[in-house]
Amino acid sequence: MVPLSYYLVLGGILFACGVTGFLIKRNIITIFMSIELMLNGVNLSFVAFAAQWQALSGQVFVFFVMVVAAAEAAVGLAIIIAVYRTRETLNVDQVNLLKL
Amino acid sequence: MMLHLVIFSVFGIICVAAAVNLLVQRHPINSALSLVVVMGSLAVEFLLLGAEFVAAVQVIVYAGAVMVLFVFVIMLLNAGEEERTSASRVALLFGIPGMLVGSLLMAWVLLERSGTRAVAVGALPGPPKTIGWLLFHDYLLPFEITSVLILIAIMGAVVLASRQASARQTRREG
Repeated sequence: MVPLSYYLVLGGILFACGVTGFLIKRNIITIFMSIELMLNGVNLSFVAFAAQWQALSGQVFVFFVMVVAAAEAAVGLAIIIAVYRTRETLNVDQVNLLKL
Repeated sequence: MMLHLVIFSVFGIICVAAAVNLLVQRHPINSALSLVVVMGSLAVEFLLLGAEFVAAVQVIVYAGAVMVLFVFVIMLLNAGEEERTSASRVALLFGIPGMLVGSLLMAWVLLERSGTRAVAVGALPGPPKTIGWLLFHDYLLPFEITSVLILIAIMGAVVLASRQASARQTRREG
């Protein structure tokens, strides 16, 4: 038997790792991967709470989070490709204008 | 019962180690592969909780499709090692201790004060049949809205990444 709080702590650690990566990383693709890491931590909490409250809605929400993450990844990576094409760099320090 | 805790701990440690490896590695492809490990071990944690459908989707959609997209983009752009820039001193002085104190406090509150029950193995089975029934009855409207979202995302990705648009842009500027 694993207490629910262990799952929540694991999800929290993953979310904290994601936030840290988002803040310290300089490569725009790695920043995107940190966002995925945060979403995964949240998904774990969703499933753990679903098991705690015996409500399957939590697992359905995980499904929706995954769909949004996939859409976000597709659009985000397209933006990264567009940025790379005009600027020839992936370093976020050098991407400081929204203008193409 | 003991085995449950052992499996949880082993895959939890693998998960956290891969997440830290994602932060430490400097080449994006190494980070991407660590993220695949994180997602794979999370799928095992989902299975422990009984969410079999979510675990399968996690492996197929996340570790499969989304990460393949990431790896393709990394290879397409020929991304090299990231350059280290000097970190801000405020981040070092306050950020790291603050993060440590905050996460320890959160862990302490969750472990000592929340008083949650232990979750049994496969506590809430989520077979595809039940999930599908929920999706097409209780959550029909959100489900249909996601299909519109996906359509918009596909069109957005195609428009943003199309070579023609950016070529026209450079021609107009140059």
